[in-house]
Formats: sequence, C-alpha cells, structure tokens
Amino acid sequence: MTFQATGANRREILTSVTAAGLTLNFALAPKAGAAAAGVGALNAYVRVAPDGIVTIVAKNPEICQGIKTSLPMMIAEELDVDWKNVRIEQADNDPKAYGRQFAGGSMATPLHWDELRKVGAVARLMLIQAAAQAWNCGPGDCTTTPGTVVNTRSGKKRTYGSLALACANIPAPDPKTVVLKDPMDYRIIGKSMPQYDTARIVTGQPLFGIDVRRPGMLYATYVKGPVFGAKVGSADLDAALAVKGVKKAFVVQGDSAAVMPTGGNIGSGLVPGVAVVADTWWAARKGRNKLKVQWAEHPTSTQSSAGFAARAKELAAGPPQRNARNDGDVEAALKGAAKTVEAAYAYPFLAHSPLEPQNCTAEYKDGKLEIWAPTQFPEPGRQLCAKTLGIKPEDITVHMTRCGGGFGRRLGNDYMVEAAWIARETGAPVKLLWSREDDIQHGFFRPGGFHFFRGGVDAAGNLSAWHDHFVSYGEGAGFASSAGMATTEFPSRFVPNYRQDVSVMPLGMPTGPMRAPGSNALAFVHQSFIDELAHAAGADPLAFQIRLLGDKPVVGEAPGAYAAGRMVGVLKAVGEMSGWASRGKLPKGEGMGVACYYSHMGYFAEVAHVAVSPVGEVKVKKVWVAADVGRQIVNPMGAINQVQGSVLEGVSHALHQQITLANGRVEQSNFTDYPLLRIHEAPAVEVKFVITDYPPTGLGEPALPPAIPAVTNAIFAATGKRVRTLPITKDMLKA
Amino acid sequence: MAYTLNVNGQALNADVDGDTPLLWTLRDTLGIVGPKFGCGVAACGACTVHIDGQPMRSCQIPTASVGAAKIATIEGMATHPVGKKVQAAWMELDVAQCGYCQPGQIMSATALLAKTPKPNDAQIEAAMSGNICRCATYVRIRAAIKHASGQKVEV
Ligand code: FES
Ligand code: FES
Repeated sequence: MTFQATGANRREILTSVTAAGLTLNFALAPKAGAAAAGVGALNAYVRVAPDGIVTIVAKNPEICQGIKTSLPMMIAEELDVDWKNVRIEQADNDPKAYGRQFAGGSMATPLHWDELRKVGAVARLMLIQAAAQAWNCGPGDCTTTPGTVVNTRSGKKRTYGSLALACANIPAPDPKTVVLKDPMDYRIIGKSMPQYDTARIVTGQPLFGIDVRRPGMLYATYVKGPVFGAKVGSADLDAALAVKGVKKAFVVQGDSAAVMPTGGNIGSGLVPGVAVVADTWWAARKGRNKLKVQWAEHPTSTQSSAGFAARAKELAAGPPQRNARNDGDVEAALKGAAKTVEAAYAYPFLAHSPLEPQNCTAEYKDGKLEIWAPTQFPEPGRQLCAKTLGIKPEDITVHMTRCGGGFGRRLGNDYMVEAAWIARETGAPVKLLWSREDDIQHGFFRPGGFHFFRGGVDAAGNLSAWHDHFVSYGEGAGFASSAGMATTEFPSRFVPNYRQDVSVMPLGMPTGPMRAPGSNALAFVHQSFIDELAHAAGADPLAFQIRLLGDKPVVGEAPGAYAAGRMVGVLKAVGEMSGWASRGKLPKGEGMGVACYYSHMGYFAEVAHVAVSPVGEVKVKKVWVAADVGRQIVNPMGAINQVQGSVLEGVSHALHQQITLANGRVEQSNFTDYPLLRIHEAPAVEVKFVITDYPPTGLGEPALPPAIPAVTNAIFAATGKRVRTLPITKDMLKA
Repeated sequence: MAYTLNVNGQALNADVDGDTPLLWTLRDTLGIVGPKFGCGVAACGACTVHIDGQPMRSCQIPTASVGAAKIATIEGMATHPVGKKVQAAWMELDVAQCGYCQPGQIMSATALLAKTPKPNDAQIEAAMSGNICRCATYVRIRAAIKHASGQKVEV
C-alpha cells in the first residue's frame, strides 16, 4: 500500500519494477504442479478441477486493500469462468513463480492490469486448443461461455473441467498475441464482488498471522530499548525465568545500527533486545514484566520533538542548507505582489498502528526455516533472515498470512527476523507477538516536518510567488526514509516564481513509508497554504485552484507529468456533488473546505463540511470525494470502501494522531494516548469516480492526502482560524 | 489451575493461571482465535465477547472470575438469532477491509441489536464507540447495523 511518493526510494522502486517487467510465469509453480489427482494446472495461477471448480492463486499480500479478490477477478474475467466457481488461494512467497510480491505504492492494479488479464486469456486459449484437438477442428471454430468451450459449428460443448488435464501437452500461446476482451463484455471486472474471505472474517476463522498455530509451539515476547537501537547493558533474567510457564529468557546481542533503514530496506537487521519464551503468551508477558534490563547509553537519547521544533525555527531563520529548485525570481515577485502571506506549518511523527500487532511464527529445523508472517514484502524478509541467521535463502520458506492492516508498517520485516532468531535459539516453533506498546514505540514512523512558506498573489489574483523552506530530517544531501519532497511537488511548475529550499536535522528514530508516504503530510501543508493565498486574493478557493491548474491538459514529462486537466475535472465534480456554490448558506460555526491532490497516479478532489463549537470542538459532518483513477474500477464495492477508509484515516490524522519524542523515546504507548478515529467521529463519505480514458490505477492511498487539508480549510471557513499544526487541538479553535 | 468454562454452549477445560485474561485462555489455550488482541487495555474492542449476553472486553477479564457465566464468541454467532443476522449484513455490505476488528465489531453490534432492535445513529455510536477500526470502515459498520435491523441504508 505504500512506497515513497517522492525522493530516491520511490524512483528506485519504480525503475526496478519497469526494468524487470512483471515476471509473468506461464510455467507451473511447485504448488500448482503438486495439485490433487484429476486437477489440471494451466499455469502458476490457474488450476481447474474435473467438477469445474477453478482455483486462482492470489499472488500479493492481503493487507486490507482487497487485492486477494481483485487480482483474481482480472484472471477470472479473461479465463471466462463464473465467479461462484472460483476458489482463491493465497500464494506463498515465490518470486520465481510470481515475480515481485508486495503491497505498496497502490501499484498492484497498474502493474497487474494487463498482465493478469493475459494470464487468464492465455489459459482460456489453452482450453480452447485442447477442445479443438479433441474435436479435430481449428481453434477458430471454438469459443467459450463461462466454464465451457463451445464448438460454434457443431454446437458441441466441453467443460473446462474435462479439458484441463489435456492442457498439460499444450504449449502456452505467446501472451503478446492474445486479444483481450472488450470491456463491454465484462461479467466480473467492474462488478461489486465481496471480498473472498468475507465469510471467514465474519465468523472468526483463523486467517491472520496472530492465528497461526504449530504443534509444540511456544510464545515469545521481545523487549527492545526505549531509545532506538540501544544495546543491552546488563540484564537480570532470574525473576523472569521463575515465572510459571517461562521456558527461556535470553539476551539478543543484535545490531544497534539495524534499527535504521539502509539501502532502500525498511529496517535492515536484528535490533538488540531480550527475548522471553513461554508456553503461553501471557506467561511470556508476565516474565517480561519481571525482567530487569539496563539499557546502554545511546547517542540519540537527547532527541526530542520540542528540540526539533526549536531547531527547525532556528534553521528557517538562517540560510537554507541547500536549494532544491529555483524558478523565476521569487524575491522580485514577492516585492511586486498585491498580497503576500507568510506561514509556518508543522506535522508530527505518526505510528502506523495496524490493529493486528506485529507478529510472526517461525520454525527452525535441520537447517531449514519456515515462516508464517503477516508481511507486505515477503522476499526482503526472507533475505533479511538469511543474512542475519547465516542460512541460504533457498532454505527459507515464507508463508503469507492475511494482514490485520499494513499501511506500510509491514514493509519492514523486523518482527520476522526477530521471530526467526528466537525460534532458532529456542529450538521449537515460536510465535513472536508484540504488545501494542511495542508496536507504537518501535515503528518506522511517518516523519514529522516543518515548512516555512512565503507566497504572493499579483494584482490580477494569480498565484505569482511561492517560497518554501522545508525543514526535514536527514543527513547531508539525503532525507530520512519518506522524509523527502520532490522538486515537482505541486504547485511547483504552476507558479512562475517558485523556490524550494531544504534543511535537514539528523534523527535517531527510524522512519518509513506510511500510507500515501510524503503525500499524507505534504498535501496538508501545500493545499492549506494555497487556500490561504486564495483567501488573501479574495477568491473562491475552488475557482482559485482551477485557475492555478491552468488550461494545459498535462504539465511536465513522465514520470513527473501532472495531468492538470484530470485534476480540474475532479475539482469541478466535487464542487457539484457538495453543493459548493451554496456553502454561503451554512449556519454560523460551519464551513466547507476544498483540497485536491495527485498521488499514486490518482487525481482526487475532496470537500469537507465541518462544524466547530464555541469551545473549539470539531465535528466533520460530511466529506465528498471525486476521484479519477482511469477508465475502469475493478471492484466498485471494494474501491468505495478503500476511498472511505482513506478519507477517514485522514480525518483521524487531522483530529488526533501524533507521536512525540522525549529523551530519544516515544512518549505514547497505546490507543489511550495515541487515539484513533472512532465511529461517533466518522462523517459520511460520498464517493464519485470520474471515468477518464487512462489505464486503471490503484486506490489504497490517493484518497487520504487531500482529506486533511479539506478539513482544515473547512475549519478556516467556519471560524476564520487557520490550522497550521497537526493534530488540531481545541485550544487552537476556541472562540 | 483447571477451570471449566462455558464457551458457545460447550463446557471446555483450561489449565491456566487464574489471572490469565480470558482473551488468552480462549486464544492460546482453547484455540478459539476469533476474539482478537489489539491493545490489551480495553481501548480497542477487538477482543469483545459476550458474558451472559453483555459485551465485554475479554482482555480485561481474569479467567478465574468467569465462573459458570456463559461466554459467547464470534465463533458462536452463527447460531445466535441476532448474531447470524448481523453476520449476514456484514457479508452483504462487505464491511471489512483487513477484517481484524470485525469479530469485535460484530459482537458489539449483536449485543446492541439484541437490546435495541432498531437503533438510531446516536444509539449505534454509543454502543460501538469502544470498537476501533483502524481501516476506518465506520461508514459501512453503521450501514450494516441498520441493514441488519431492517432499516433503510445508504452506503
Ligand atoms: S484487546 Fe481488549 S480492548 Fe483491545
Ligand atoms: S477492518 Fe481493519 S481494523 Fe477494521
């Protein structure tokens, strides 16, 4: 679901995906080859049983985005089968059979849209070939109805189930030559299909990593230093070992540096800590509470959120460390502007906090490691385990379980390598489970950041000058993971005089991509400041945005191209949906705000309607979303759910969430002091997909970023108070 | 110590320390994994079960305190007259995203509808605000509760 939207990592991932292409493997996966008797395997993805039941492999991790259902829908459509006869099987980590398997960047739909439809189409052609051989006719005389090959001359029929075994001798046609269906003929794609696992979810069946059970399995907890990467100075394990049920307690030397992401990895090894292993998790936890651990002094133990905020201000007052972009002459334009605005914005660190705490089950036997993990990126996890434990990657099997949320957190496989290590030390299958406190305090946090803006509008009401001194985290010329900003960040390229300056501060806290990385913070600051400038110009903020986007349909070159015309389209649509034009009729204390944002190839415009009470309490009453993700919504039911959830997550960021550092430690520990949005705070969210003739793109992320500034801009409309720091507090808005 | 628990109408024996929260006795000792662990401090509702029909956070209930009370988990809802309707509504509207919170949501919703067959928005919010959905499927949770209670819904 997440990858860097900006900066080097994102580009690296994009290039490596394009360079390698998507490995479309028409050979048989080991699993498919070992299928039950009578079942014909057509390729690594598709098996057909004699009774016509079709098993389709879901290659990617399921983290909440519905991909386990929507990718197989693409195959089933072109294979031409009835959806009710489809069974979906989760793939193991198997890059040879399935190429890159990951949940990130809202990229599964764009990456697989052509490829997986071809997987289905190729399999269908093989079934036609098999029927043609049996009938001694040409394949051109055959067509299909769902699950059946039909001879158009004789009217004879053969079910897929009766043909699948014969396909073993039929060479797969070249996928380049297959003709895909006309979308007008779709029976599955574009129809609302409940998630394949829905019945199992509502009946509480074991599906998640935390539900894995192995014979003889023990349970582990792993305690790490409150300052990231701190070494174990000394540990008294006796009291823990005395707890009933505790089998083992031991120090893991680990590697202090492993806590920080390196080389494009999110977390790169085993962090020092103490493991407690017991026959139940509760006993392990009791043992853990009895541990007496002295953590060694750590160089980052003086870092704090307050210190960073003060330092950012100091940096902003001086010359920037570097200039990232400089178009036109900002200083001259500011001097000549009819109106200028200066504003300092800030946003906090955030923890991903998926509801299923990090966990992993590992079993080490005879030099081989077997792993069951809720992970968004299994292959790097396998490589990490191989490197850390000194065993060959071929000797490691990773089974992917359903993830109780991902949001980018499970792109890092720190819990996987911990489980693997503890299992080997223990000599028994072990399920490692983090507590919620572990999860909130040991994440790869969404980095905070600071923007010091100056902007100007000219006499004609056009945005004429934009200067951002962006103070972020990093060292030298590099940003901490997900703490960067592209030089093409909107409104760059749309303002004639634009300057982006950057300074960074070194950070000892690991950061990483979180749902709509970069964008989830940058949308707030940029779309808020544009709103400020619109108000300064005395303009309607929605009309101001449309004017800023101009009349060129596309600005810039791929991969940084920005289809301004598509954004104008969604802005107009959301204006209509929300009754933007009549917002003046809202009662006192209520207001509407608009924001738009492009990320993950999706164009989104959103309007929020809020009410603010005299004591400063915010109620978000409704959010309207107009979204352009191309010509085809694969599974409308799931798509709307993703958009609504993303928007509400944005509202949650705006209203509640922040992680703060003091003495190098995270101050929050659970949902009591790191609150998430609850049902009574959740507005209705109305969604409209604006269909345009572009290839379909993903929906896990792009609805989130504009939700935040839509809310804060609405608060300004309601109260005249500008929110420049997140999360919103009552104090900011008291009348 | 050995406890006999009445879970979903069955008498089950668990040999655990009395202070073990019911959540862990159910999950780790009895293998009933529908109730989920989310926070351990009564803040998320993922672990919700019914104790004599009342929705309770099983992470907060020491096993020793349960006694002969009737425990119902999500696994028992298929035969619960209200629970099965709630499950059906959840499936029809495909409420879940990751699905992890949903057993807890369904347990809270079932307890609500058992007492208040046609809840309004305020009643739904009061009964459901202890259940976090990190994926924020709240729009559909609200809709599914209304749907299960035979009220009109817009998604
Ligand atoms: S785990 Fe019991 S309320 Fe969160
Ligand atoms: S569906 Fe993921 S936490 Fe609710």
